[in-house]
Amino acid sequence: MKLKLTMVVLVAAAGLSTAAPMDFDFKDPKGVNNAVFKLDAPLEAISGNATGISGSVSFDPAAPAATKGKIVVASSSLHLGNPMQLQHLKSDKWLDVAKFPEISFEAKELKNVKTTGDTTTADAAGSFTLKGTSKDITIPVKLTYLKDKLGQRIPNTKGDLLVIRSTFTIKRSDFGINPGQSEDKVSDAIELSLSIAGASAH
Amino acid sequence: MVSKTLRWLAFLIAVTALVSWAALGANRGWTKTSVPVKKTDEVTGITVDDYQKRFVPGLDLLGAAVFGSALLAGLSFFWDKKKPETV
Repeated sequence: MKLKLTMVVLVAAAGLSTAAPMDFDFKDPKGVNNAVFKLDAPLEAISGNATGISGSVSFDPAAPAATKGKIVVASSSLHLGNPMQLQHLKSDKWLDVAKFPEISFEAKELKNVKTTGDTTTADAAGSFTLKGTSKDITIPVKLTYLKDKLGQRIPNTKGDLLVIRSTFTIKRSDFGINPGQSEDKVSDAIELSLSIAGASAH
Repeated sequence: MVSKTLRWLAFLIAVTALVSWAALGANRGWTKTSVPVKKTDEVTGITVDDYQKRFVPGLDLLGAAVFGSALLAGLSFFWDKKKPETV
């Protein structure tokens, strides 16, 4: 009888532990996490990426709607194929990466949550910060929970992975980046695409 | 003599620029010093553009070279004007 009771308690405890939210760290040792940016321009669209991703997201597979967290992109990790465009982009006239080293999005609430298997789609409402200016925006996100897959990426490690993907558009004028200027050369709209994976070791 | 050299130089610059541009990918965009190579993480399925150092001339560089050679060719015609003979 005592043994049965102990087992029930253990099973319940195990159930509770898996139901608790897990913290996923998005600093990727493989350097695959990336944010792609694209701006329309004459001759050719200005397109590049940033791989200096960090941040943490709290995710509960049993309650994905409660997901919260913050993703940070290091401005200095922005890269473009054309060195002159990259220099302009990082200069004080555009992003001023020396003064504003981080671009971030802090998700505060998930709306329209739909879960199918390991995949959840939702609209994440939160605060986007660029060049020191924060603005509340809502972006579509796709979360894929990969249980026990961390070991496949990083040998001798046990844990889960959380993949987040999102594509959305912001306006540079909303963040004080040369509003109303040079729009014939560089569009006001910036298309952003985020593809990141976080790890939660256990 | 100088005008002829200038014209030849202009021709050489234009041809070299055009051949180099075509040989290095005929890129109709901006000049690049690094190009993206797609890399995919098998576990997560995430694809990243891994930038590798490679010089790819674009239309901006080709245009500058052609403009420079046209300028040289134009200059050669002014050089060619014979000065009036003095008695």
